Amino acid sequence: MTENTPNSFRNQPDERGHFGQFGGRYVAETLMPLILDLEKEYRRAQADPAFQEEFDDLLEHYVGRPSPLYFAPRLTEELGGAQIWFKRDELNHTGAHKINNCIGQILLAIRMGKTRIIAETGAGQHGVATATVCARFGLPCVVYMGAEDVRRQSPNVFRMKLLGAEVRPVTAGRGTLKDAMNEALRDWVANVHDTFYIIGTAAGPHPYPELVRDFQSVIGKEARAQLLDRTGRLPDLAVAAIGGGSNAIGLFHPFLDDPSVKLLGVEAAGKGLHGEEHAASLAGGFPGVLHGNKTYLLQDEDGQITEGHSISAGLDYPGIGPEHAWLKETGRVEYTSATDTEALQAFQLLCRTEGIIPALEPSHAIAAIAQRAAAMPKDAIILANLCGRGDKDIFTVAEALGVEM
Amino acid sequence: MTRLATTFSAPHPALVCFITAGDGDTAANLDALVEGGADVIELGMPFTDPMADGPAIQAANIRSLGAGTTTAEVLRHAAEFRQRHPQVPLVLMGYANPMIRRGPDWFADHCAAAGVDGVICVDLAPEEDPDLGPALRDKGIALIRLSTPTTSDARLPDVLDGSGGFLYYVSVAGITGLQSAAIADIEANVSRIKRHTALPVAVGFGVREPEQAAEIARVADGVVVGSALVRLVEQHGTHAPRHLRDLTARLAKAVHSARKANP
Repeated sequence: MTENTPNSFRNQPDERGHFGQFGGRYVAETLMPLILDLEKEYRRAQADPAFQEEFDDLLEHYVGRPSPLYFAPRLTEELGGAQIWFKRDELNHTGAHKINNCIGQILLAIRMGKTRIIAETGAGQHGVATATVCARFGLPCVVYMGAEDVRRQSPNVFRMKLLGAEVRPVTAGRGTLKDAMNEALRDWVANVHDTFYIIGTAAGPHPYPELVRDFQSVIGKEARAQLLDRTGRLPDLAVAAIGGGSNAIGLFHPFLDDPSVKLLGVEAAGKGLHGEEHAASLAGGFPGVLHGNKTYLLQDEDGQITEGHSISAGLDYPGIGPEHAWLKETGRVEYTSATDTEALQAFQLLCRTEGIIPALEPSHAIAAIAQRAAAMPKDAIILANLCGRGDKDIFTVAEALGVEM
Repeated sequence: MTRLATTFSAPHPALVCFITAGDGDTAANLDALVEGGADVIELGMPFTDPMADGPAIQAANIRSLGAGTTTAEVLRHAAEFRQRHPQVPLVLMGYANPMIRRGPDWFADHCAAAGVDGVICVDLAPEEDPDLGPALRDKGIALIRLSTPTTSDARLPDVLDGSGGFLYYVSVAGITGLQSAAIADIEANVSRIKRHTALPVAVGFGVREPEQAAEIARVADGVVVGSALVRLVEQHGTHAPRHLRDLTARLAKAVHSARKANP
C-alpha cells in the first residue's frame, strides 16, 4: 500500500456518489429528481430502526438467513493446500444472493409509495428474486431480459411467469443483460411517477451502488462472524465472482479494513482475454460512462460499448460496479479472471467433490481457487461466496459438454 | 453574437431539426433540412446504448454504427456543414461516453475546430458537469441542458447553471418519438422555466405534425423535431432528402408563422 492509502476503505462513496473518480449520477434529467428522492428516502430508511428490523426479519424467516458457512473437506483435500470454506448463499430462497438486495429495495419502493416494479435480468436470478418479492408484497412486476438470455435460461423465465411477473424479451443489440438494462431504463423514464426500478447489481446511478452493496453486505458480515466463531480467525483470502459485482462487494465490504485479508474478484474471461469474446471489464476495459455510472467498460476507441461474452449469462455484462473500479485502482482488491473452460471444469469439480451443483457464476470463483489453493499453506483459509446454485445452468453445461438431454 | 443567439433573436420561433449522423447520406440530408427552412440543426452522434431514445432513433443509431460511423466522421460532417452553411447553428446531440472517451478537452477542441455551436449530452446530469461542461465553455461552445416535467422549481437553477445556447424542454417524461404532451402542460412549464432564465426555450419529444409544431411555437422559442425526420431517412434511404425537405418546409411554415410567446 502506498502512503496515499485511505484511513478506511469502507467510507465510500462521497456525498455526490463518487468512489474516487468512479460512480456518480449519469442519467437523463427525467430520472434525476427520482434518483435524488431515492437517496433521501434511503437515508431516512437507514436512520429508521423499523426498516432494519423488517429487513432482518424477512431475511431470517423468508430468505432463510443466515446462510451456512461450510468447510469443504474433499475439495480442500483434492486441491492439496489451503482450507476452503464456502458461504452458502446458493441455499437462499430463490437460489442465489440476489434476493438479499431485492428485499431491501422493495421495502424502499413501498416506503416511496411506488406501485409498480421493473427489473433487468441476465441469468434470470435477479429476475426471479424480483418476481418473488413482488409476489410477496403484491406489486405488479415487469422483467426485461435479453432474448438470447431468455433462450439460455428458460427455466428461470418460467419461474418468473409462475411468480406472476411479465417477462419482456429484448431483441436490441445482442439481446443480453446490457440491452435489458437499456430497455428497463426506457421503461423507467416513461413511468417515473409510479415505478421503482430494482437494479440487480451494485451499479447504476448513485445511490444504487451504495444501497445494493449495503443490502448485500449481509453476506460478508455473516461470513466474518461465522468464521471467527468457528475458527477464531479471519480468512487469508476471500474470493467471489464478478459480473456487475454485487455478490463480491457484499462479501468484500465487511473485510475491506482487515489488512490481513486478501480479496480476489474473478471476472469472466469467456473464450480468453486475448480476443474480444470475454466479459472482463477491469482486465480489458477502460473507464467510461454507461447506465448511470462511470466505471470500467468494454468499449472501442470511440466509446462504443462492445458486447461481453461469457458462458455464464450472469457475468456477460460489459461494465462493473463503480466501487470495484475504485478498489482496483486503490489496489485493495486484486482482480483476476477465469475462462469458460476453467469455469466448466470448476463446476464439475465441485459437483464431484462436495455434492454441490454451483451456478456457472461462482464456478468462476472456484476456478480461481483451484489455481491458488495448492500454493497456500494447509492452515491458510480461503473463503469463497457460493452465490448461486446451478439448477438453472444444467442445460448450458450439458450443451457445452456435448451431452444431449 | 453567437450563431445560436442570432437565430433565437429572429422575430419568429425557431425550428430545430434532428437527424442521426452517418444514417443515410448525411450531407444531403442536412442540406435538405436547411433548404426546407430548419433554423438549428441537431446532429445525433450514434451510440451503441441510446437509453433515452425510442425505437426510431435507436434504429438510426444501429444503422449508422452498422455502416461504420466513427466519431471522426461525425466531426467531419459537422465541419463540412459549417463550410457549406456558415450561418446555420449546428448542435451535436448524444451520450456522454463517446464525448468523453478521449477526454473532454479533445472533444471540445474538435467541436470548436468543426464549427459546432453547442452540445446536448443526454446522460450528463448537471451534477456531473465537470466531465464536459468546463471544457466546452472554455471553447465558447454551449452546453445545452434538458429540463423535463419532473424538473422542479427547486432544481431548475442547478440545471440552468452552466447551460448555454437554449434550454431544451423535454415535454414528456419518456423516450423520444412516442407520446405527445398536452399543450396546456407545455405552456405552463415553458413559462415556469422562463421565470428562471433568459435563455430561449425549445420544446421537443413527440412533435410530428405541423399543426402540433405551430401550437408549441405559440408558447415557446423553438420546436424540436427528431423521430419524424429520422423515420423518413429509414423509409426512403438515399431518396430521403426530398422527403426531409418537404416535411421540414411544412414544419418551418407552421413554426415561423406562429406567434412568438416572448418577442
